[in-house]
Amino acid sequence: MSEDIQNPTVERSKVELTKQDFVSDQMVKWCPGCGAHAILSAVANVFPKIGYKKENFMMVSGIGCSSRFPYYVNTYGFHGIHGRAAAIASGVKIANPHLSVWVATGDGDSLAIGGNHFIHVIRRNIDLNIILFNNQIYGLTKGQYSPTTAMNTVTKTSPQGTIEHPFNIGELVMGAQGTFFARAVDTNPKLMTEIMFAAAKHDGTSLMEILQNCVIFADGVHQQVTAKDIKDDFQLVLRNGEPMIFGKNKDKGLRFNDNRLEIVTIGENGITADDLLVHDQYEQDPGIHLMLAKMAPPLFPVALGVIRSAMYPTYDDSVVEQIRFAKENSPIKTTDQLLNSGDTWTI
Amino acid sequence: MAKKPKQVVDLEDIVVKFVGDSGDGMQLIGTLFSETAALDGNDLATFPDFPAEIRAPQNTVAGVSGYQVHIGRKKILTTGDFCDVLVAMNPASLKSNLKWVKKGASIIVDTDTFEQSTIEKAGYKTNPLEDGSLDTYHVIKAPITTMTKDAVKHMGIDNKTADKSKNMFILGILYYMFNKPLKNTEAFFNIKFKKKPEIIELNKTVLHAGYNFADTIEVISSTYTIPKATMEKGKYRNITGNIAVAWGLIAASERSGRPLFLGSYPITPATEILMELAKHKSLGVKVFQAEDEIAGVCSAIGASFTGSLAATSTSGPGLSLKSEAIGLAVMTELPLVIVDVQRGGPSTGLPTKSEQSDLLQALFGRNGECPVIVLSASTPANAFYMAYEAAKLSMEHMTPCILLSEGAIGFGSELFKIPQVKDLPAIKPPLAKPNDPDFKPFLRDAETLVRKWAIPGTEGLRHRVGGLEKENIMGTVSTDPQNHQLMTDLRANKVEKVANFIPEQEIYGDQEGDLLVVSWGSTKGAIQYAVDELRTQGKKVGQAHFHYIMPLPKNTTQVLSKFRKILVCELNSGQFVYYLRMLHPEFRYQKYNKVQGLPFVVNELTNKFTEILKEE
Repeated sequence: MSEDIQNPTVERSKVELTKQDFVSDQMVKWCPGCGAHAILSAVANVFPKIGYKKENFMMVSGIGCSSRFPYYVNTYGFHGIHGRAAAIASGVKIANPHLSVWVATGDGDSLAIGGNHFIHVIRRNIDLNIILFNNQIYGLTKGQYSPTTAMNTVTKTSPQGTIEHPFNIGELVMGAQGTFFARAVDTNPKLMTEIMFAAAKHDGTSLMEILQNCVIFADGVHQQVTAKDIKDDFQLVLRNGEPMIFGKNKDKGLRFNDNRLEIVTIGENGITADDLLVHDQYEQDPGIHLMLAKMAPPLFPVALGVIRSAMYPTYDDSVVEQIRFAKENSPIKTTDQLLNSGDTWTI
Repeated sequence: MAKKPKQVVDLEDIVVKFVGDSGDGMQLIGTLFSETAALDGNDLATFPDFPAEIRAPQNTVAGVSGYQVHIGRKKILTTGDFCDVLVAMNPASLKSNLKWVKKGASIIVDTDTFEQSTIEKAGYKTNPLEDGSLDTYHVIKAPITTMTKDAVKHMGIDNKTADKSKNMFILGILYYMFNKPLKNTEAFFNIKFKKKPEIIELNKTVLHAGYNFADTIEVISSTYTIPKATMEKGKYRNITGNIAVAWGLIAASERSGRPLFLGSYPITPATEILMELAKHKSLGVKVFQAEDEIAGVCSAIGASFTGSLAATSTSGPGLSLKSEAIGLAVMTELPLVIVDVQRGGPSTGLPTKSEQSDLLQALFGRNGECPVIVLSASTPANAFYMAYEAAKLSMEHMTPCILLSEGAIGFGSELFKIPQVKDLPAIKPPLAKPNDPDFKPFLRDAETLVRKWAIPGTEGLRHRVGGLEKENIMGTVSTDPQNHQLMTDLRANKVEKVANFIPEQEIYGDQEGDLLVVSWGSTKGAIQYAVDELRTQGKKVGQAHFHYIMPLPKNTTQVLSKFRKILVCELNSGQFVYYLRMLHPEFRYQKYNKVQGLPFVVNELTNKFTEILKEE
């Protein structure tokens, strides 16, 4: 895969790296069976494949179960404060665009306390790779509802069920003019690795939503999507340039009809694969991407894989460009020149 | 009509205040007047005074905006308590500023603006120009609006444009009164309106019209000169405190070799620091205007970890929002400069007024045991050096530093002797060397307790830091009770040891005696004037003005012990005195405080000092 990444800003490793290069010596303290273990493993697998120098990876996090992540990967790492990972990571990337900056965060961290930073980092399109562990619960504080908890869910702070509408993360990303949105399930390491690789390749803010299972406080929240017996019928893995087909028998598809998405069966009513929507992750217009991101059981499958990867200028590139331009064109090149600029007089 | 030759009087110093509606251009003529005075060899200090609203209702007291200039032959230490000349563009500005005018001072008014409706709007029952209420002043009444229009009638300029230039008429009057040359202001027009020759002509014509008017009228019977100040030789410029902070950081960046990053959010009265730094990309400055105060400081912390000289600028409410993140920088032992340009509080308070009430917040306003270096700037020019010092100490000691400025310093200006960067003290950040086999995240210098700064991208130094308590030396997460005690003590000792790297506290005036006046921040000049006055009366008075607050200079005890009485003067309810009582309870302190959004006036200080000296 590594030959795919062409980012001249980040220095490449001169030697072949392996997963071992990124394994930290710290004891991983997540609960046994937690989906976070699989995410960690996917990251350790994908970093050597991305091929950057190991010192140029930087992992930033906020607070929550997800945010212990930096301690468990052997990179430069920063464990921040609640909700602020995106803001800290923005400073890292702007200050040093030669780093490949990754953020580990959760639904509470990014969408509640850090909601403001979340929408703004996406709007700015700073080249960060954000892995959002969505387990629809506050785990570290032991089981309170989060901004993605489904309506009517009973949790420790909603004994009669929640009465607020959850965020759909993809919808929020696209509402904030996001350029990259991908989704994977924690039980599918291969797809996680693929979207992480695609995120690394994408210039701009790459938001990866991982449907993660919290075995203690929200066990099975993603069952409607992940249960073995139904998952093929409720997961649509998108592949760029390919028709949108899913189902146990690969006979279901999505088409666009009457201004909305519609599930059809190939072979019925004269439907063939040619009638189906073909995925274009690079399309600038987020219309279809938004519809795909919003699909949910029981009427629709959940869209997985890279849903959107549109090309837009990045904030960090623009910073570099403005500085280059100013350095070339401004008469002020040193502090002494600055101090002596404008009206001065000698006594 | 033959003109009587006018008398010329020499003056030591003069305070001029320009007041009008927010859109009247008072700040512009104030700036032009002070620049001319500076180029003419006077020392100076200036201060704008404006409402929080951008364009408050016209002709109301709420909408009055002002600009005060203090120029002189003597060393100018304050922006002046009461003015010698008041320029009032309308009844409302006269009404709201008369209390700041010395008896017998000159008041220049535009009589065209004194109409029934504006007089009533200002809250006057009768026309103050006619009812005798200004009899103790020297009032120069001039139909400025009309005369401005008349002066440019031949140019075919529309009334609105002509009207906008009437502030130049007033500037012309002042240049005449104070025997100042017009050429500097004309040169300003030539540059400012390079592409609009007709506007250059308009402004020059109006400026001269004002000058000639003043020459003609008999009500101005004498003119004044303020001889050149005796100043240290060198190259000078005028500078505001906010720009000085920005430039101090730029200088520190160049001298330390660490690129400058500012993460900030607009907030009065600190916004100018953000705007100024945004201009200097050619010096590699990276400025991130964040979505809020928290993102501002957090982005700076990210940049600091990444090896930048990182700063965030704010005012009191923003400092509150940044508290948790400052704790993160303390915990991760990273450099971070936090500039707090204080304003009246609490809450939104008085955004455009100055106060010194964030001191205790700066010292203690965070969760946990969370020491930071706290410095304070005293004047606009001093703010350059204190910003430089904040950056130096923060980087060399790997700990956040809060620099307290104030609205009065940030907006105020004074003459600044331009230094050369090479003459500023060297800054040596403790960078870890690539592939250092002994590198450990929290391995410390034995003397300073400072850890190394290991910058992402550097080979062989991958490590993690964060808000969780870490094991000393190794830097792994630790909840061990003894380690937490050790790390808490180390963080505190590290900041205390900064005292070994800062200058000793000086005393101004008498080195021992009856009264030591203790102060910090913007009050320096007013107190110095007051101390001077008491010393001319033979009193034994000294002033200890603190720029270093956490830690205090090493000789603080010695300084405090040399006087019979100690009076701590602050523009708050007594925060520094509270701190001194805590750290040095062996002394007895008295306090003098004011929380009105206003500076001390010299008179109230001398009265207080005299009263205290009389007490037994």
